[in-house]
Amino acid sequence: MSVILKVKNINIDYNNIPALKDVSFELESGAYVGLAGPNGAGKTSLVKAILGLEAISSGEIELFGQPLTSFSQWEKIAYLPQKHQYNQLFPASVLEVVLSGLAGLPRRPKKESQEKAQVLLNDLEIIGEENKLFSRLSGGQQQRVLLARALIRQPELLILDEPTTALDPQVREKFFKILNKINKEKGTAIIMVTHDTSDIGRYAESLLYLDRSLIFYGLFSDFCDSQRMKDYFGDFSQHLICHQHDH
Amino acid sequence: MELLNFFHYDFLVRALLAGSMLAILAGVLGVFLVLRKLSLIGDGLSHVSFGAVALGLLLGVYPFYVSLPITAVAAFLIFRLGERSKFYGDAAIGIVSAVGIAGGVIIASLAQGFNVDLFSYLFGSLLAISWNELYFLLALTVAGLAFIIYYYRPLFALAFDETAAKALGVKVKFLNTVLLLLTALTVAAAVKAVGVMLVSALLILPAASALQLSKNFKTTLFSAAVWALLSVLIGLAASLSFNLPTGASIVMASFFIFVFTYLIGRWRR
Repeated sequence: MSVILKVKNINIDYNNIPALKDVSFELESGAYVGLAGPNGAGKTSLVKAILGLEAISSGEIELFGQPLTSFSQWEKIAYLPQKHQYNQLFPASVLEVVLSGLAGLPRRPKKESQEKAQVLLNDLEIIGEENKLFSRLSGGQQQRVLLARALIRQPELLILDEPTTALDPQVREKFFKILNKINKEKGTAIIMVTHDTSDIGRYAESLLYLDRSLIFYGLFSDFCDSQRMKDYFGDFSQHLICHQHDH
Repeated sequence: MELLNFFHYDFLVRALLAGSMLAILAGVLGVFLVLRKLSLIGDGLSHVSFGAVALGLLLGVYPFYVSLPITAVAAFLIFRLGERSKFYGDAAIGIVSAVGIAGGVIIASLAQGFNVDLFSYLFGSLLAISWNELYFLLALTVAGLAFIIYYYRPLFALAFDETAAKALGVKVKFLNTVLLLLTALTVAAAVKAVGVMLVSALLILPAASALQLSKNFKTTLFSAAVWALLSVLIGLAASLSFNLPTGASIVMASFFIFVFTYLIGRWRR
């Protein structure tokens, strides 16, 4: 196991209002971390900072041993942004959306890329839809196509921001199972932002709880046994977080 | 046959070639602008071009050469204002557009005497395109299409989802800059051909027509170029046959094509 991400004492301010305060943690290859916290806790700011999309006020971020400021191996990272309403007029086919995941990488033979996209779509159970308009798919299918767009890069680190928001429970379940398989079989490290801690308990082994500053980072089981967290959340809340997934 | 005889005239050949090149480039660029909700940038830049033409006439410099750099600078100003300031991009377009027109009107009123020349740019004249302008258009079209073909995938990623594109390592700033520059130069060139009032139609209508029927992004770009080219050919033929203004005829042809594609699109759905 090697450390692929180091976040050292980072701070993010918006108009002098702190969004993140002195956050530090490390992530090892193959880890599966759920990033949770209340609304406005700085979860999206943190992942955007890791991806270089958000400026940090102070601190350092290292990806795969390189400082973020000079990081160039973007092929190792894939990102599934928070679901937003895609332009319904946008004339993109499913295949085009998946292949756009290769943008920014060195050119590869067209046939090879298309075959890879096809395999991914089949794995994600989007079968026979590659020439359909992306906008005509259901919400769950669109999320899986966007996941295929991320996976076609064969990333070593996959960052997902609330990927299952607005999906119905069955589709959510399917989505989590797919992520689990990617993590276990391919060793892809995953950081999944969610506001629902019960999701983390079911699949991710670790929890990073943020509320502008880092409240907890460690194994989910340790979180549930922690007296400090019991004091922080209160008995009842900790029980809900830790045991909801069993029901 | 009578129409074919027209092509014995140099100026008609130039008009046809210039119109075709403008159509293809504007059609393709228009798809990116429409999808990124920047449709009105063509309108704003053409108004700036009007002010620049007035300045050129005042200084006694060929207006086209003044219009090119000023329109390019205005395009960056719109982009920067929209990006940095606390208002939306369409407000930035509105501001730059109004200043362009106001500047042109003030220069015209101060200078007096070239109003006829200046106002000929309001509706343009494809038939008055010079060889130099044609060569410029040829270079612009080749460079523009080469850029779009070479950067096709990053451009698609950018148009589809800019945040994700940034995270993919796409050089978003570079692509936006080149797209803006191409748009500005196309508008500056198109003002001479179809006029300040009609230039944005050349960017918007073919793209809007293509969007009615397309099944994917690649065919949208291709069909926008085809619809734009068809508009120019039909418009030019109508203009010569019925002695109508060229720019307006092209825009009307483009509009009828849009109505046609809209109806077909609705029928298909």
